[in-house]
Amino acid sequence: MIPTPHVDWLAISAPLSLLTSGGVALLAAVLIPSGWRRTFAAVVCALGFAAAIVFAAILYAHSADGQAVIGAAIQRDRLAALSQIIIAGAGLLAVGTAFSEPMRDDHVAEYFGLVAWAGAGMTFLVSANSLMTLFLGLEWFSISLYILCAIDVDLAGSLEAGLKYLIVGGFGSAMLLFGSALVYGATGALRFGEIANAVAAQNLSHDALLVAGLALMIGGLGFKASAAPFHMWTPDVYDGAPTPVTAFMSAATKTAALVLTMRVLVTAFPQEARLWTVTIAVIACCSLAVGNLAALVQTSLKRMLAYSSISHAGFMLIAIASNNALGGRALLYYLIPYSAMSVGSFAVVAARERELSRPVTVDGLAGFGWERPLLGVSMSIFMLGFAGFPLTGGFVGKFYVFAAAYEHGWTWLVIVGVAATAVSLYYYLGVIRAMYMRPAEELLLAQPVAVVGGSPPAERVLQTAVTGALVVTVGSFFFVQPLIDVAKHAAASIF
Amino acid sequence: MHWLSTALILLPIAGAICIWILPLSPFAVGSAALLVSLAEVALWIDSVARFDFSKPGLQLDQQTSWFSDLHVSYHVGLYGFSLWLVGLTVVVMAAAIGYAFWAGRERPRAYYGLMLLTTGALVGVFAAQDLLLFYVFWEAMLIPLYVLVGVWGGAGRLRATLLFVIYTMAGSLLMLASIIVLGLSQGTFDLANSGTNGSDWIFLGFVAAFAVKAPLFPLHAWLPEAYRESSPEVAAVLSGVVSKAAAYGFLRIAISKFPGPVSDFRTPILILAACGLVYGSLLAFRAPDLRGVIAYSSLAQMGLIMFGLFAVNDLGLNGAVLQMVNHGLISATLFLLAGGIERRAATGELSRLGGMARGRPALATVLMTTGIIALAVPGSTAFAGEFAILSGVFFTGWGYAVVGAVAIVLAAMYMLRLISAVLHVSPGPSVSEAALDLRPAELGFLVPLVALLLVLSAWPAAITDRSFVGSPATTISQAFR
Repeated sequence: MIPTPHVDWLAISAPLSLLTSGGVALLAAVLIPSGWRRTFAAVVCALGFAAAIVFAAILYAHSADGQAVIGAAIQRDRLAALSQIIIAGAGLLAVGTAFSEPMRDDHVAEYFGLVAWAGAGMTFLVSANSLMTLFLGLEWFSISLYILCAIDVDLAGSLEAGLKYLIVGGFGSAMLLFGSALVYGATGALRFGEIANAVAAQNLSHDALLVAGLALMIGGLGFKASAAPFHMWTPDVYDGAPTPVTAFMSAATKTAALVLTMRVLVTAFPQEARLWTVTIAVIACCSLAVGNLAALVQTSLKRMLAYSSISHAGFMLIAIASNNALGGRALLYYLIPYSAMSVGSFAVVAARERELSRPVTVDGLAGFGWERPLLGVSMSIFMLGFAGFPLTGGFVGKFYVFAAAYEHGWTWLVIVGVAATAVSLYYYLGVIRAMYMRPAEELLLAQPVAVVGGSPPAERVLQTAVTGALVVTVGSFFFVQPLIDVAKHAAASIF
Repeated sequence: MHWLSTALILLPIAGAICIWILPLSPFAVGSAALLVSLAEVALWIDSVARFDFSKPGLQLDQQTSWFSDLHVSYHVGLYGFSLWLVGLTVVVMAAAIGYAFWAGRERPRAYYGLMLLTTGALVGVFAAQDLLLFYVFWEAMLIPLYVLVGVWGGAGRLRATLLFVIYTMAGSLLMLASIIVLGLSQGTFDLANSGTNGSDWIFLGFVAAFAVKAPLFPLHAWLPEAYRESSPEVAAVLSGVVSKAAAYGFLRIAISKFPGPVSDFRTPILILAACGLVYGSLLAFRAPDLRGVIAYSSLAQMGLIMFGLFAVNDLGLNGAVLQMVNHGLISATLFLLAGGIERRAATGELSRLGGMARGRPALATVLMTTGIIALAVPGSTAFAGEFAILSGVFFTGWGYAVVGAVAIVLAAMYMLRLISAVLHVSPGPSVSEAALDLRPAELGFLVPLVALLLVLSAWPAAITDRSFVGSPATTISQAFR
């Protein structure tokens, strides 16, 4: 008889609720008539994300002291719970974005099912406490996303995006797996805490195998977080994938990958901190440089936002590189407005795409701000938030990140971050310029053929999602204290 | 604890939000915005009445924790001199909104909302007593100005906004780095309850932000474009109030928090100010258009104000505060007048203007009065301010006083050139006989500004005696504690 571990159902309740909703949504593909399928699947998927938020909140309330559960494969703590809330929140907004996406009705149930499953994988990943569950969670959500990227067969570039993501993502997973194997080989341990203990007990901190394994793992996680120099897939995939999928990926994948990176590095490799803090800082600088400089010259809005997401990975990696409690707090706080702004801005892009029935360039936004006031103002605020202007949570996030770097004694990293922010203003404000400041004759040229002489589609669900993102973006600026308290308790799980 | 400072910040912001949300007609939106800005002036008068000018330290202050782990709080309050700058802000903003209402603006809901938001942010800059809060308002002021210039500006507005934003943000972000380092190293971001610092680098970060916004020579490249391309009332706000926010930053943060670096960098800063003073005056004399003259004279006047501030003595500081208010009122009046003249002649080029005094007595009187005050004729409030500044800076080095005196002569030259090119000489090709005199509505926003200048001319001590309690230099050297 194989001994089975005691299962702490609450610790895995968020992934379970998402798995269930994904399954139910998939049933809709065969059981629900095509007229109702979209609504049914979307509602089930949204309910799954909502349930995940509720369960994660309960988990947060009942996990003041972190503990390893289910054979110590899963860590039940507030860090996991808060990340699950952020991921599920992003998922909920992404469902709102996807609801009226023009898509064949025969794939729509699979679409929502896969979104829920990808969310399940991510919520599972952030609570991983061993190299096995880490890899399991990573592949789980990655495979769901590979399919999601390619799901819209009518969309030019969607298949290419899926294939590219599959190949590059597969390479990243392989790196991670190989790194994990080397770490296991060096320490003989799979669980994060045991790895740290083994390194300390056997004095392995200079062991070549361990260091090589760590380097490969950082690389593999860098692929998922789309940090430079592991970012090459990001612009192509973000550009090619259906926009609601991009919205979900940019927020939720990043959250899962960055939180997990922080957890692994801090709990499994504390003795190697002198190595990985510098490595992560260098990766952060690369991401800031590549993301911001490349974004300057993009004409496609989605590619521009993709490069912007690379640069934000850089900002958040600064928080991880700081390797202190303030850094943990900074990362978790930063993720809240970042996820909202990210989903929100891609949702606005999706709305414009549906209006124009073609990919949106920055120039393609001309006049959009006056035509759709709510979406235009929201997009402006998301851009200002990305650029770190006050009155958005993006400002406070950047402030905390820089404060963490300063506390670590790296004033130079603060200067790099500030310089990157200065560069980023050009393209973020360029979006606002395109939406509001173009001369009237250019606006006439840019008028979408579909809406000349009529109003654009109302899309209440998408507007609700954008409003939600807006509320989080602005609200996180005014209510810093409660959010920071939550982030502080979550970061206290590992620091 | 007092609610007035907060009310001064929130009233215009609340007004802006109402205007954005409520579906009002264009006329109703304009009058609502004007009403809010007048209510703001009334609120300011109320705070002057409640202000005790004999009591040192912060007044009408309010403090609530914002996020406690890094010791950042919402802390607002006013000193004597910040009260005058708030007054300048609310008066100029009310006049600017009045001008816009009279001239008419497309997309009025967006426009007036942004104007009110600018008001709130500017008042916030002058009232903030927490470094991070100061930065928040500082940046919050930039966003509406960016849109105001970029949407309602002239043909070259895109380039103008780009220059404006890149310059100011480069400076602001250096200030953000300085704020983070300063705040974390001293353990609090509070301005009122913290000591001084000796770091040259942190000081220079602040100086970068303020020197761009003021602007201090040679960081003024954005200025002529922004002042020419924006609509006249926005140019009035930029040159009248926003530049004073920078001078205020020098006074409240750079000079008072960093006594050591100030004495290290005093000479280079004074030399740059002297360059700006002479260079701006010469360019103003050569500028081909109305707005060019006013824009470059602003550069020169900011150099003069820097003289007073970096003299760091009683005369210089008192003169600088008075001159900030003077120049704010003067340049706002001149820009609004320039707007009115451009509407009549469809151009601001001096070579195409002229002879407008004949048959237009109100225009001639208002322009003449403002111009004469601007060139610091003895007896005017600008004379009082400049005299105090020059005698203050004389104690730092007599050479600066000589440069300043020369610049005052240059000021007379460019101002008289402007006045005669518009009002006197033979009528220019763009001035038609039918062009009207100032309308009553225009007098409605111009006369109060000129009247304030005349009151200050009669009684400059209203400001110089009520900006600081006792000696300004001592107050500064104790970092306002």
